[in-house]
Amino acid sequence: MARALINVPAKAKRGEVIEIKTLISHNMETGFRPDNTGKAVPRDIITEFVCKYNGEEIFRAELFPAISANPFLTFFTIATESGTLNFEWTGDNGFSASESANITVE
Amino acid sequence: MTNDHDMPQATRRRFLIDTAALAGATGIGLSLATGPASATPASMRAVIRKVVGEAPVKKGRLKIDLPPLIENGNAVALTVTAESPMTADDHVKAIHIFAEKNPQPNVIGVQFGPRAGRAMFSTRIRLADSQHVVAIAQMSDGSFWSDEIEVIVTLAACLEGV
Repeated sequence: MARALINVPAKAKRGEVIEIKTLISHNMETGFRPDNTGKAVPRDIITEFVCKYNGEEIFRAELFPAISANPFLTFFTIATESGTLNFEWTGDNGFSASESANITVE
Repeated sequence: MTNDHDMPQATRRRFLIDTAALAGATGIGLSLATGPASATPASMRAVIRKVVGEAPVKKGRLKIDLPPLIENGNAVALTVTAESPMTADDHVKAIHIFAEKNPQPNVIGVQFGPRAGRAMFSTRIRLADSQHVVAIAQMSDGSFWSDEIEVIVTLAACLEGV
């Protein structure tokens, strides 16, 4: 399981726009880089990231080899209600990771 | 020390410099031959057409934030902001980023909803060369907006290990 870091404010006012930061460890092998024998190292990247807020999708990203190793993503959402944010990464070679964070909305 | 003694040293040094230069040149030649095929501005336009279709793309309402001079192309901080009220009737649906000289023109494609609050995201990208980076935003009314930025990359991504 890849190590993922999530930064979500623990508390927010209703209607406030909050910033969400995510970082996951993955070397994002591009598939264009040759190894020491000159053959290209096969591609191994995260291809998709989805964030859901109480089950409703709020952000989705399609990633390509041009994303740096250890993909970092920052985005925003409106704090509507207390609940859970679910984060899901999927990628090549059956890669899958998920993480969640709780938020209290006052 | 006499001049006679200096001469062989000078030539040896000369020889070493020449050999190194030659090796460097061959190395570059090899890397060009075996290196990844780079995308071209034309192939980037083709990929953009696939996303946009026949719709016209207007300049504006979108801003790419990238450092103009990049020392290391392996991790470049990218922030993209679109001007939009982000309401249910008027919001940004998606933003796509393209780079014309990377091995593949696509960089990232993100999808927003009215619940995003702010049409803005940040990530870190790889850039293979000094080039133009293009962002295209799709609004909820179906219109497309773009921004383009030119960057200079001194250490390119993707070419290490040759």
